[in-house]
Amino acid sequence: MEYEVVIGLEVHVELSTRSKIYCSCATEFGGQPNTHTCPICTGMPGVLPVLNVKVVEYAIRAGLATNCHIAEFSKQDRKNYFYPDLPKAFQTSQYDIPICSNGYIDIEVEGKTKRIGITRIHIEEDAGKLIHGDDAALIDYNRCGVPLIEIVSEPDMRSAKEVRAYLENLKAILEYIDVSDCKMQEGSLRADVNISVRPVGQKEFGTRTEMKNLNSFKAIARAIEGEAERQIQVIKDGRVIVQQTRRWDDAKGMSFAMRNKEQAHDYRFFPEPDLMPIVIDEEWLEEIKDSLPELPQARKRRYIREFGLPDYDASILTGSKVLADFFEKAVKKASNAKVVSNWIMGELLKILKEKEMEVEQIPFPGEYLAKLVLLIEKGTISGNIAKKIFEKMFSQSKDPEVIVKEEGLEVVSDEGVLLVVVNKVLQNNLQSVTDYRKGKKKALGFLVGQAMKETKGKADPQVVNKMIKEELGKFK
Amino acid sequence: MQLYELTVHEMSDLLAKKKTSAVEITKSFLDRIENIDSKVGSYISVLGEDAVKRAMKVQKEIDKGEMKTPLSGIPVALKDNICTDGMRTTCASKMLQNFVPPYNATVSKKLLDDNAIIIGKLNMDEFAMGGSNENSYFKPVKNPWDLDRVPGGSSGGSAAAVAANLTGFALGSDTGGSIRQPASFCGVVGMKPTYGTVSRFGLIAFASSFDQIGPLTKDVTDCAIVLNCITGYDPMDSTSFKGEYPDYKKALINDVKGIKIGIPKQYLGEGLDSEVKKAVLEAVEVLKKLGAQCEEFSLPLTEYAISAYYIISSAEASSNLARYDGIKYGFRADEFSDLLDLYKKTRSEGFGSEVKRRIMLGTFSLSSGYYEDYYKKALKVRTLIKKSFDEAFKKYDVILGPTAPTTAYKFGEKLNSPIDMYVGDIYTVSVNVAGLPGLVIPCGFDKKGLPIGLQLIGKAFGESTLLKVGFTFEQNTNYNKKASI
Repeated sequence: MEYEVVIGLEVHVELSTRSKIYCSCATEFGGQPNTHTCPICTGMPGVLPVLNVKVVEYAIRAGLATNCHIAEFSKQDRKNYFYPDLPKAFQTSQYDIPICSNGYIDIEVEGKTKRIGITRIHIEEDAGKLIHGDDAALIDYNRCGVPLIEIVSEPDMRSAKEVRAYLENLKAILEYIDVSDCKMQEGSLRADVNISVRPVGQKEFGTRTEMKNLNSFKAIARAIEGEAERQIQVIKDGRVIVQQTRRWDDAKGMSFAMRNKEQAHDYRFFPEPDLMPIVIDEEWLEEIKDSLPELPQARKRRYIREFGLPDYDASILTGSKVLADFFEKAVKKASNAKVVSNWIMGELLKILKEKEMEVEQIPFPGEYLAKLVLLIEKGTISGNIAKKIFEKMFSQSKDPEVIVKEEGLEVVSDEGVLLVVVNKVLQNNLQSVTDYRKGKKKALGFLVGQAMKETKGKADPQVVNKMIKEELGKFK
Repeated sequence: MQLYELTVHEMSDLLAKKKTSAVEITKSFLDRIENIDSKVGSYISVLGEDAVKRAMKVQKEIDKGEMKTPLSGIPVALKDNICTDGMRTTCASKMLQNFVPPYNATVSKKLLDDNAIIIGKLNMDEFAMGGSNENSYFKPVKNPWDLDRVPGGSSGGSAAAVAANLTGFALGSDTGGSIRQPASFCGVVGMKPTYGTVSRFGLIAFASSFDQIGPLTKDVTDCAIVLNCITGYDPMDSTSFKGEYPDYKKALINDVKGIKIGIPKQYLGEGLDSEVKKAVLEAVEVLKKLGAQCEEFSLPLTEYAISAYYIISSAEASSNLARYDGIKYGFRADEFSDLLDLYKKTRSEGFGSEVKRRIMLGTFSLSSGYYEDYYKKALKVRTLIKKSFDEAFKKYDVILGPTAPTTAYKFGEKLNSPIDMYVGDIYTVSVNVAGLPGLVIPCGFDKKGLPIGLQLIGKAFGESTLLKVGFTFEQNTNYNKKASI
């Protein structure tokens, strides 16, 4: 029997507001433990929360960018449970009336567009972090009260590829609207995966499990494949899938049961009496709508239309706001968009991958890439030299024009200068000269190569080629 | 006449006329505490040296020129659930026995800004849960009128301290009657302002949607003076009222002509002690003679207020008190085997039985499967009770009635019957359920000589009307002049 995997995602995103959701402490990542804290975010007796309006604005931005309905009236609720990283012993979240609901984003997998439903987006506060020592556990409350949005999708995904496309899309959207830096490694984007399997054609969903502890796109893909396989095997063995929360161990490539449904917390949600309902007026909503930037898909369509780029290039470039901005800066000066794109898609992404760097870490501005492209176009440098200059731009963050000048890398096409080189090469390689004259045309290539080597690649290869041919013709 | 016997405005007059000093006044109260509080038990912490030093500083300012405010140099004591920076704030609980907040409650800050002298922290029922002050971890407070009797609660320390001249005035908190009932039992003036009028920032939460800080004073004039200090919008409290606040002293007018007063039939029915009833009805006659229009009417749903109140307030309490887990501050059990054991032992040993009862009640009513039947239904009742008050206030300016079914009872009388204790809140809880202001003023004594308090309930933000009626009543009667201990 063929099985189909059904996947829904709960994505937690840390918002990049400057201060926390209910107090004025900094949200900045890192910092000595418990230095970004105050009586409010550490849950001291008698303190009260005051909602940071920016958090609501960011949630609305996320909602609008994912085609959600924005609730005119919503409220905040307490989710009660005991854990040392939660100083109030409740997390302030939203239960039955989230700010955003009923949205979607379109993803593309293998050339097909698919719509993934977004059930809801709500605001909540993050918890602190436990640090386990040898004989004690310590708590860092810096992250306590950092604002989060939780984005819950419909169970609309059917493969790890779709999940990846959804997450990449979502991440790009959130970066574009500037509500989060979406750094998975710093925990500012975290995903829990709800997964079930069912025989192809069956309408009812199978029993689902929830996978936690997924720290990278790769881990998510592996976890989905691993868990789907496990569930199918359970069914094939004639056993029953238990609704439970499981922890993915990426190193072992296996998931482990954390708790069953019966052991699940009763969170005793109830309306947070210390906070007033959130009322969003039409005017504010319009203001936020007007302030939204061009979103990834619109930008991609524009790249295809305006720059004549292939779909593939446009997808990759617009998949990250940083990369797309970089591209546009370059293309502003160097008008050949495809050439600029080739440099980015080729050399730039290759070197980033080699050095395990993120696009945010590109060490030079788009203008430099434009200059490099123009230097080649004008014939000031050769393509080979350009690649070397590019490496220097990357390692030293230097302007390519400066590199060319400092190192004298301009193409040499002056025949007077090159004649000396050509004659030297011919004298030093008499055997090749003879071979050529005997009809071995291949020898020409070798001689041109020698001349290039002699000039450290700076000679204009076409001029050298022409001159060697002429010289060889003279003394038959 | 001793300095400690004076009202706030009397002391303030003497200070303005340079007939006494803040230091003299402060010392007078500190001596009084030293001499008699061992009998009353109203204080958990007393600030001796520090209070005198502060009084000296304030007096220097007074010497230099004008009095900054009518509270300049006046001793005040705070219920021990109001946070004071650097000063132990215990909630009368083992859980917070040694807790010293690194911040001031907004009201503490306002009092200090107005140059009042904080002389100590007052005893109370643990976490403000109780009506007799027998639930204090430290010691019970005794009623200054009869030391064998309870002072009421939960602000029993606040009411007793004012009644026994152990402070110039006090702040208490009122969640279901916790200012008004002890004010009634101890024969002082107590006001629970409209929800949102006094900032709750720094008030250690019992039930967030009911809790309200208010003054306990020797007379209505003092009540108005203190309200002028502690009310006002506070950006630190999201439920704080953002609007204009009146000068409450302007309400102190001896005139009730034309004021319409309704007396709910339900407040005079079964369960009400006959002597209390008599005193209340006599008060009605006094007001009538002074020109007020008084009539009985029916205020429906009164009988459901207690159930709705105990369900919602316990639910909120179960969540508000969850933070006392032995992890960050406060009491932690000495020995435990793992995290769960740490939680269990800390909370079992750190909380008293009434607090545990409410936490369990609240946890239950929020649990899945019970939420709809209890918590949600109680919220609906709350909405209906609000509506029934709205209806009543279309006809009346003030609703009048008793504060408590009886006068102060003896220690132990109701301790083993929580339900009897809860029923004692019947006339006060509706006011909190509806978020309204309530003023209690002395209106007589029973045959045993125990004070009886008259409760005046106002429209939301109708404190001024209550003060006017209370002031007029006080000017024309003699009930709050009698000394106690």
